[in-house]
Amino acid sequence: MPAEKTFIITDHCFHCGEDIKADDYKLNDMKFCCLGCKTVYGILSKHNLQNYYTYNKVPGRTQQNSKTNLDYLNVKEIAAKLVDYQDGNISIITLYIPAIHCSSCIWLLEHLYQLQPAIVKSRIDFLKKQVTITFNNQEASLKEVAEVLVSIGYEPLISQQDVVKEKQKNNTERKLITKIAVAGFCFGNVMLLSFPEYFGLGYFDKEFKDFFGWLNLAFSIPIILYSGAGYFSSAWNNLKAKRLNLDFPLALGIAVMFIRTAYEIVLRTGAGFADTLCGLVFFLLIGKWMQQRTFQHISFERDYRSYFPVAVTTLKNGSEISVPLSELTTGDRIIVRSMEIIPADAILLKGEALIDFSFVTGESRPLKKVLGEVIYAGGRQLSGVLELEVIKPVSQSYLTQLWNNEAFVKPKTGIKTFSDTASKYFSIALLILAFGAAIFWMFSDPPKALASFTAVLIIACPCALALSSPFTLAAVISIFDKNGFYLKNNAVIEEMARTDTFVFDKTGTITNPDAAGMTFIGYITDEQRQLVSDLTRNSSHPLSRELTKYLKRPALWPTDNYAEKIGRGISGKINGNDVKLGSSTFLDLPLNNSPEKTATHVMINGQYLGHFIIRQQWRKGLGTVFQKLGKKYVLHLLSGDQPHDKYDLITFFNSGDKMLFEQSPQQKLDYLKNLQNSGRKTVMFGDGLNDSGALKQSNLGIAVTDNINNFTPGCDAVLDGRSFEKIPQFIRQAKDAVKVIHMSFAVSLAYNTAGLFFAVQGVLSPLIAAVLMPLSTVTIIVFTTTAVRCYARKNKLL
Amino acid sequence: MNMIFILIGCSVVLAMVFLAAFFWAVRSGQHDDTYTPSVRILFDDELLDPESEKGDQDHF
Repeated sequence: MPAEKTFIITDHCFHCGEDIKADDYKLNDMKFCCLGCKTVYGILSKHNLQNYYTYNKVPGRTQQNSKTNLDYLNVKEIAAKLVDYQDGNISIITLYIPAIHCSSCIWLLEHLYQLQPAIVKSRIDFLKKQVTITFNNQEASLKEVAEVLVSIGYEPLISQQDVVKEKQKNNTERKLITKIAVAGFCFGNVMLLSFPEYFGLGYFDKEFKDFFGWLNLAFSIPIILYSGAGYFSSAWNNLKAKRLNLDFPLALGIAVMFIRTAYEIVLRTGAGFADTLCGLVFFLLIGKWMQQRTFQHISFERDYRSYFPVAVTTLKNGSEISVPLSELTTGDRIIVRSMEIIPADAILLKGEALIDFSFVTGESRPLKKVLGEVIYAGGRQLSGVLELEVIKPVSQSYLTQLWNNEAFVKPKTGIKTFSDTASKYFSIALLILAFGAAIFWMFSDPPKALASFTAVLIIACPCALALSSPFTLAAVISIFDKNGFYLKNNAVIEEMARTDTFVFDKTGTITNPDAAGMTFIGYITDEQRQLVSDLTRNSSHPLSRELTKYLKRPALWPTDNYAEKIGRGISGKINGNDVKLGSSTFLDLPLNNSPEKTATHVMINGQYLGHFIIRQQWRKGLGTVFQKLGKKYVLHLLSGDQPHDKYDLITFFNSGDKMLFEQSPQQKLDYLKNLQNSGRKTVMFGDGLNDSGALKQSNLGIAVTDNINNFTPGCDAVLDGRSFEKIPQFIRQAKDAVKVIHMSFAVSLAYNTAGLFFAVQGVLSPLIAAVLMPLSTVTIIVFTTTAVRCYARKNKLL
Repeated sequence: MNMIFILIGCSVVLAMVFLAAFFWAVRSGQHDDTYTPSVRILFDDELLDPESEKGDQDHF
């Protein structure tokens, strides 16, 4: 085993593959990008787990980000809610680990027992990114188990919603699979027993025919009572609610088939339709299964509870105690560390607060807060430790109040699909035809009346019709999935095809949150950039920090005579040069030199060089996306940020009145409501908590995120930020999918008409039914999947 | 030809056994995760008892 190992030594971290910036982290000839990666490697090699590195190159994830505090796992109430099962010795817990991404992860996480002997067993569900750990709770606490995971770089994501979630196992899928199995079993056997009948039982004994018939009847009983039972209850419920959907003709067809089969077999008048009946239910259930297959690794129902931490560190009598978030009360003193989230509206008592509210309000720049100021819940502290006093409980904070809005209380009304509308007319037409045939034969040839009535209902049983939507949409969903666009369910596609108004949030949605772009207007040499960087290093002003980050220079020269005028600028002597940075008034520049408020001007040795401006980086392809969409649809911009970028974007929105800035979450929601009231079908693109109301209110809410495992607010679909430029293609594909559904409806109607030709004459033989039903089904499945793929290729999604 | 009754009886019983086996598989959760086992089976087998595991360490 060791001989097979191929250690590749490059300038990339051996653990995670990041570029190596400093040469400081080395172990066993392997280079690492940071202490974290080196530590993980150290732990793994100590426990003989280096196989981790053989299944994949650089399987790790960078450890450069700071770790969170796990103390709250020692709080009994929290731990008790998290575990799936617990007795005197053994605890079982299922944890969600976003870092799971390759086979090495599976291997390592299933060998946890080598790292922590208290762990008895660990099992991964790769697609759900979950690990189920069985451990001895006498030997290790939940916190210790979680720490093992953190120590090897697989930090579990534990959120409020996990703690609150009801422990309900999703049994519906298992039940459906069992139903399909029963239907398949009966279908197979019935087909086998029906074959002699198809080829003519002429020279066989009559007794075989009876025997096969009775067996067929016996096999259709579980179909009626178990597999197909759902259609009866659904049809009945819909009838009670005065709705006609596809389940009604289906249930009618199933019932009529069974009754006629039983009648013919008991009275020995024919072979019945047991084969068609079983096949019908079997195919229908498969269609249902296709419809239910969603992508479980993404949660679409998250609210603020999964954004906030599970527990908060509070100060009580001078010592730090973890307290569950729900028990936090007014007047509590809390400690918030760097990169942690402010859990409740609170007053700043101690520490230097630099809060990033971009996710909560859409504000693109970090805000500085002074002592005594109120900080709203949801912001992320960027540096240093804060001490705060809570002034409002979590559920009543500025941010969480949004969830009391009625949009969150009432569930979104079901999206009306084409098949719902079409099936209403279909059912009515079918009943008219069946009764028409019956009445016609009643006068001309009475014995045929009942036969033709039942035959119409059997042959027109809309199996292919019922399958065309699920199969088309399932094919589209899987194509979208490959392109980084994840839908909550099938109906979203039809809704997408219908939208005519696009509303975008700005920060984080059409800008890329990870790449804050800066540009320099003017001319500056590399040496001069170095000087600027050395100067900005001295300042903790957000703009200086961003400049330092942007310039990416090592600290080289010390600064003499450093001076900072708050809110105006900084200056100093570096390597013999006078460097001045700041606003135009700080540099005594003429006013026409300051085109923008946020520009940072540079002056070295009395010579004006130009200015830096912060430009949020737009997502790739933003211009073309807006251009393409703008041709056919109305675009709106709803931002919580200040209107810095108004003039950059105004060309796309035609006029300023479709661009709104400084919008509160509630205002965004109301704006969407107004659009809808004026008859627009809206689609909202958003990313932050402040968009949640608008996402919920709009006809279709799409959350944009750069890491699909990160928190996204409740929505109908999640779009990977890298696929932003494909939005017009997705819309096109959705429209094409609806076209495919229409076409496949036409195809299945053609089959029905062909069958009806025999049925109304009262000459439908079981053989025709048995051939037509599977034939139409297979046609539809093949047609929809190929058509969808053809369109996807045309739209460059495949 | 009466053999056919017995044969069909046998085949139905046999099919029912398979159906029951499938039920058991679904109930014991074998269909809950259909992806991970396909990766798991490709890992090298190294579930060794403690003695030989020590011997293995010497190779390093």
